[in-house]
Amino acid sequence: MSMMSYLEAGKLALAQEMRRDPLVWTLGEDLGRGGVFGQYKGLVEEFGPERVLDTPISEAAIVGTAVGAALVGTRPVVEMRFADFALCAIDELVNQAAKARYMFGGQARVPLVVRQPSGMWRSSAAQHSQSLEAWYAHIPGLVVVAPATPVDNFGLLKAAIRCGDPVIYMEHKDLWGLTGEVDERAEPLPLGVARRVREGGDVTIVTWSGMLRQVEAAVELLAGAPSVEVIDLRTLYPWDRDGVFASVRRTRRLLVVHEAVQTGGFGAEIAASVAEELFEVLRAPVRRLGAPRIPVPYAPPLEEVCKIGAAAIAEAVRAIVG
Amino acid sequence: MAEAPRANLDAERLLAHYRMMHRIRAFEEAAEAAQKAGEVRGAIHLSIGQEAIAAGVCANLRRSDLIASNHRGHGHTLAKGASPSAMMAELFGRATGTCHGKGGSMHIADFDIGMLGANGVVGAGILIAVGAAQGIKLRREDRIVACFFGDGAINRGPFLEGLNWAKIYELPVLFVCEDNGFAAMTRTAALSAGGGPDARAESLGIPATLVDGNDVAAVDEAARELVERVRRGGGPQFLLARTYRLKGHTATDAAGYRSAEEVAAKQRDEPIGRCGEALLVAGRSEAELAAAAAAARREIADAVVAARAAPWPDRAVAWTDVQDVGSPQEARR
Repeated sequence: MSMMSYLEAGKLALAQEMRRDPLVWTLGEDLGRGGVFGQYKGLVEEFGPERVLDTPISEAAIVGTAVGAALVGTRPVVEMRFADFALCAIDELVNQAAKARYMFGGQARVPLVVRQPSGMWRSSAAQHSQSLEAWYAHIPGLVVVAPATPVDNFGLLKAAIRCGDPVIYMEHKDLWGLTGEVDERAEPLPLGVARRVREGGDVTIVTWSGMLRQVEAAVELLAGAPSVEVIDLRTLYPWDRDGVFASVRRTRRLLVVHEAVQTGGFGAEIAASVAEELFEVLRAPVRRLGAPRIPVPYAPPLEEVCKIGAAAIAEAVRAIVG
Repeated sequence: MAEAPRANLDAERLLAHYRMMHRIRAFEEAAEAAQKAGEVRGAIHLSIGQEAIAAGVCANLRRSDLIASNHRGHGHTLAKGASPSAMMAELFGRATGTCHGKGGSMHIADFDIGMLGANGVVGAGILIAVGAAQGIKLRREDRIVACFFGDGAINRGPFLEGLNWAKIYELPVLFVCEDNGFAAMTRTAALSAGGGPDARAESLGIPATLVDGNDVAAVDEAARELVERVRRGGGPQFLLARTYRLKGHTATDAAGYRSAEEVAAKQRDEPIGRCGEALLVAGRSEAELAAAAAAARREIADAVVAARAAPWPDRAVAWTDVQDVGSPQEARR
């Protein structure tokens, strides 16, 4: 076990998988310089410039060529620099990567990981702050992962690299420096299995990615009354329906908290599924907390309008429990 | 830009091209008829008039080489070696099709013969071809990729991004631009600034060769030279093959945006007739040519009969090959 940051945990996972499998390689802008956040630092020295490929600023080509390279049996790990820039490669992600296996009748697979640094971080404004996980969860063929802790970034990135499907891998930029204990010899974590962060009896909060820290702060504020169960979803597609349903059967109340815009956010899918399956056990209407439907503004007091804080979460919990 | 050298093929090789072009022509005419009869659904894009490019280029590829194609891909796929009956079954949406009925005309793929897929999105195959070449290079494999696209694709971003990428990493790709003069239903020249596809390739340092795309011998010879260069590690090469699309954009497009006189004039220049004339000059008999054409038509007629008789895919197949992780059946409950 070692203490390491979320960023270092991701880097270690990639390095281990590149040592394990010579067909794993990584490509993106400025990777030879360590990547824009330093999450690739030292990799080119170990693996060489062919397996840690510095690419032009050509997002469509970064993803499109990775699809072609995956179709011939390599396992590319793509860096998008910012999740927002992946929008330049939507055809390659949605029409090509997600569909090749299916429309070719299973003749080929696209084992591809697309790392998309997401979320609000250091006043990055409207084009460098988005959380677009719900878009990808909507697309058949894609797996969507959003780790919230160093240990999960280690175990889930390893799992994503070994996965035979194209995986959208969303690391939250505000978590890069978050530290925690990581077992460097741990096996990959299963995709599609949520983590129960804490047990509680009165209400279930389902969250993921950067919002987990705010939820944990809200639980501190509540100091045990009411008693909150916290579930970190970790994988958005497939999402852990069984885990969430089991928790809601016990607590009989649900709050979903995410950083993304609430309208059409993934919280809507969870809320609707719980309403469809567990309506009779619910003691209160399901609630969602997400961002207002405005672009993320620059100035800190404006950006605050988009953020869900611990106080708002605590208030929502009290309102649900009544 | 270099002009392709004058072709001087032996008659046997030319006859093989003649057979392949007839096979492609017969396949597409049968597909068109089957669509009119309601047996082939969706959009099909015919390459009638453009067969010489597929035949001439693919004749220089090995089975282990790869191709990526576009929406007008029947000819490329047949010329690379796919089974016409599996392809026809795919157009009919049957279980015996290349993609078990999940793809149709625009998504025909046959990985066993190195065909990485047609594509429903103009220009998208360029990046897949370039990426496959990068994968080949990483794996130190001795094979190359040929990438077919039309002149309409040169205005899409992946054309610039893919050509630049192939050149900076010196990847083993032969780009084949089939310039049929039309971007869907509009003349490409009216929509494209600058000196054309070859000028754009050369601006990125990729040598371009211009060839008469309706002269199968010329395409064959030009492709042989370029394939050799790519295979020797000479980096990406670009073949611009001028041709003419005798049918509309899709099989149901009457192409009213051009005159009957224009099409009639181009009909006299179509590649199968020209190849036949060259074969007669080379001493082959009319009877031999007629027999080749009849054999192709028979083979395709058999493929149609087999496709019509083949079973539909089982409904359960709709749920397979979506992804490994996660059940696709959630919304079904």
